[in-house]
Amino acid sequence: MAHDTSFTNQNFKVVGTRVNRPDGMDKVTGRAKYGADLSAPGQLVGLFLRSPHAHARITKIDTSRAEKLSGVKAVITSADLPDLTNGAQLDVLENCMARDRALYDGHAVAAVAAIDQQTAKKALKLIKVSYEILPHVTDVDEAMKPGAPIIKDNIFTSGVDPKPKKPSNISKVSEFGHGDIDAGFKAADVIIEKSYKTEQTHQGYIEPHACLATVGPDGSGELWVTTQGHYTYRTACAALLGMDIAKLKVTSSEIGGGFGGKTHVWVEPIALALSRKANRPVKIVMTRDEVFRATGPTCSTSMDIKIGARKDGTITAASSVLRYQNGAFPATWAMLGAMTSWACYDLKNVHSIGYDVLCNRPKTAAYRAPSAPMAAFGVESTMDLVAAEIGMNPVEFRIKNAAKEGTRASYGPTYGPIGIGPTLEAAKNHPHMKAKLGKNQGRGMACGFWFNFGGQTCVDLNIGSDGTVNLALGTVDVGGARASMSLIAAEELGIPYEQVKANVADTSSLGHNDTTEGSRGTFSSGMATIFAARDAIEELRKRAAMMWDIPVEAVEWAEGEASAVGSEHGNLPALSLADIAKRAASTGGPIAGHNEVVADGAGVSFASHICDIEVDPETGGTKVIRYTVIQDAGKAIHPDYVEGQFQGGAAQGIGWALNEEYIYGDDGRLQNSGFLDYRIPVCSDLPFIDTEILEIPNPNHPYGIRGVGETSIVPPLAAIGNALSNAAGVRMDHTPMSPPRILKAIEEANG
Amino acid sequence: MRYEAPTTTKEAVTLLAKEKGKAAVLAGGTDLLVRMKMGISEPDLIVDIKHIPAMNAVKHSATGTKIGAAVSGAKLVKNKAITKAWPGVVEATNLIGSDQIQGRCTMVGNLCNASPAADSVPAMIAAGAKAVVVGKTKRRTVAVENIATGPGKTSLAKDEVIEAITLPKRPRNSGDAYLRFIPRTEMDIAVVSAGVNLTLQKGVVKTARVCVGAVAPTAVLVPDAAKAIIGTKLDADALANLAAACSAACNPIDDKRGTIEYRTKVAGVLGRRAAEIAFKRAGGA
Repeated sequence: MAHDTSFTNQNFKVVGTRVNRPDGMDKVTGRAKYGADLSAPGQLVGLFLRSPHAHARITKIDTSRAEKLSGVKAVITSADLPDLTNGAQLDVLENCMARDRALYDGHAVAAVAAIDQQTAKKALKLIKVSYEILPHVTDVDEAMKPGAPIIKDNIFTSGVDPKPKKPSNISKVSEFGHGDIDAGFKAADVIIEKSYKTEQTHQGYIEPHACLATVGPDGSGELWVTTQGHYTYRTACAALLGMDIAKLKVTSSEIGGGFGGKTHVWVEPIALALSRKANRPVKIVMTRDEVFRATGPTCSTSMDIKIGARKDGTITAASSVLRYQNGAFPATWAMLGAMTSWACYDLKNVHSIGYDVLCNRPKTAAYRAPSAPMAAFGVESTMDLVAAEIGMNPVEFRIKNAAKEGTRASYGPTYGPIGIGPTLEAAKNHPHMKAKLGKNQGRGMACGFWFNFGGQTCVDLNIGSDGTVNLALGTVDVGGARASMSLIAAEELGIPYEQVKANVADTSSLGHNDTTEGSRGTFSSGMATIFAARDAIEELRKRAAMMWDIPVEAVEWAEGEASAVGSEHGNLPALSLADIAKRAASTGGPIAGHNEVVADGAGVSFASHICDIEVDPETGGTKVIRYTVIQDAGKAIHPDYVEGQFQGGAAQGIGWALNEEYIYGDDGRLQNSGFLDYRIPVCSDLPFIDTEILEIPNPNHPYGIRGVGETSIVPPLAAIGNALSNAAGVRMDHTPMSPPRILKAIEEANG
Repeated sequence: MRYEAPTTTKEAVTLLAKEKGKAAVLAGGTDLLVRMKMGISEPDLIVDIKHIPAMNAVKHSATGTKIGAAVSGAKLVKNKAITKAWPGVVEATNLIGSDQIQGRCTMVGNLCNASPAADSVPAMIAAGAKAVVVGKTKRRTVAVENIATGPGKTSLAKDEVIEAITLPKRPRNSGDAYLRFIPRTEMDIAVVSAGVNLTLQKGVVKTARVCVGAVAPTAVLVPDAAKAIIGTKLDADALANLAAACSAACNPIDDKRGTIEYRTKVAGVLGRRAAEIAFKRAGGA
């Protein structure tokens, strides 16, 4: 059934309230079951053997001694995993298990399943791999140079004309923009051009990847797994292993953080393959070392940003050249960087070009607004430099150039109603902007953008005989889906929030749902929940009409009950949802609502952040002392969760800005694959992160929802860089802006 | 792998002496168990010293204070006498790991792990602490600075354990302090550190010991830094000289935690700041 998805202004009763989250009690009492928390009778332990080399040809793998070890039930190498993917998922297969070449330090080369951890560990030591070490490259700029080691012989640069004849580490070139930038720069009074680098970071979710896989002799299987998209995992695993999609049931566990890193399969297909070979359940729990070395961090980057402006503050031209290191497999992260880099501004002449580049590093994955934070670091730092050069307040400079309704975005579309201007005005007027600063303290601000996505979604709503309601959702609850969808169902049905219980259904119980990524969960499942509830209301009206024996047209639904309308029926007492549910057996059976949709029209989202930082000029040590996030949510369904998303993104961005980085040695091996030396912020590193929610409705959603999960990580890198510049008088152009880098810059500035 | 929990130091050293394979001494286990989990250490014998009464005791005497090798950081900080006399040693020990780690970790474990970045070690060296080393045939007393010989290496023989650490009796008008630099506020490992211990006479520094950490294969006692402040009231020149001496004593490496130039510079800064704190604690003005 086609539904009207356009925004309708309404006064909400429960949507927008701060109700208790339904998963809270289980999580704080330890009852919640995460990826590693399920066990099966007879289960085996699965472990991986991983390449210690950044780049090597695998000439031979001898598993015979491991196979003979008592207690070992299965050993797998790429020879056990024929390519059944039609090429579509070949990279995924090759990443799960190296074929002829190990492409990065940590690349899996074999796996074993044994009766216990010790036996499995022993077995790994008995596997003999012969490597022929190849030259490697881990730096994006080095990988682009002529003569760099070629990582994949089958990659030819796409997006250039003519089509290249030689393979290249540059897998894709993407260009966006409009106008005439040469003319624009000629018209500028001031031009600032600067290069930046950002190091590779990991999402840093606390829960490592974990799963329990069972495949029976009949070829059907089950997978319990921590994931952001159990349907996507099902599709990938089925394709890689040649299974029928319907015969693999994937259940998503509670998730201890994903942020994009749990959108792709890593160990899961191998767990299934081991189980199939051993005919026993296989459990795999990655170590933190494995998570860092062999799952999907985000890209490191190198970029050149150029902005030209007139003295009155009008930007006349802007250009960005972005080089994104994608790891050992092609991806399109630079393309996203090129699309997002100038999205905040209304520009006549703008150009961006992205180079997606292979390196001997792990296959990259999405990380919260993937690619946007790095581009924003370059752009928003340069914005401050231009503002300083023309002597304009950086907020005013941004306000003057901010995109608005009707602006043609640098990446193509024309904006509808958007929030960049309002978040900037709110920043300008925020008390934080006027607060006094102490010695060695500085303030900075920056803006950020994210597209937000929609996509395939499916929701079931089932009404119990007592009038309570079950929601079956297919978007994994990474940021409050169960609470938000319960609020929406309660709003539509007119019942209390407590009467709704939402569950994330397994893949065999509900139609396909795209992965919870791109801030799509609340937007898409919210839409499907509204329509599933309205579907159920139609059925409830029918049942009431049947109970009263009047035409359905004479029944209306409001405030959680059916009323008969019109002069002839008007005196019938209203029937509550529970009254109707109680009689379901005699009026046609269970009452349910359902909706499947490709949710279109996700609303773009913008944020402005303000940051105060203190620098110790003698050590380069920093402390973030105040931080404010102002973001457009469209509609905040559950404000606590929205604020949590704002704060979480800022916290991750602060870590990225100040200390987090993948550190590779000259040997191409990762040196800090643990939380001791990969420094995510601890609680005491962060101030209270203040938030301000703006609600500028998305015209393409009945409630005006946009999506809130990602934009908050986009501004922090630049906000901190700008604050640092004001605190210490040095412009940092390389993240992380760690104490040694800051001290060096201070000393260089002091001569 | 065998696990033994002897109840006397003699039994412990006998077990160590007899073992033909690799033996490891377990106190809090906050380093050993992590290494075992990572597969870096696979001992054949583990000797747990937590059940030895002498190792759990804290004794005050006319010559000083004796702290058993199994006394945890959490227990140490509860001892008011030690905290009052040696705030620098206690604050250094309390910087090891998290609250949970503090419940298990020990000064002696920190010392025997022989990391150049160990937090309690520069403070102990500055304090003039000594280790009571017990072997199968003899006991000896060794200055703390002579225990670690390089990263992960100690001067202890196979059959030797450290039973306790002794801190000398505290003269009046004494103070000590320890500072480390970490990029975060906690849960981190020193990029560079400094411990300073001094005693004043009529407001002038009479004796001093200065030690820097994480800037060489072992913590470095810096006599030149002490000389720079002895006989002064810790004026700006004295502090600058101390900082220069600390920096000059550095022989660091470039690694994932810091650069040579960074460590060298900041060792001086921390030495100076620690001296100022110790001076204040000693009643200096």
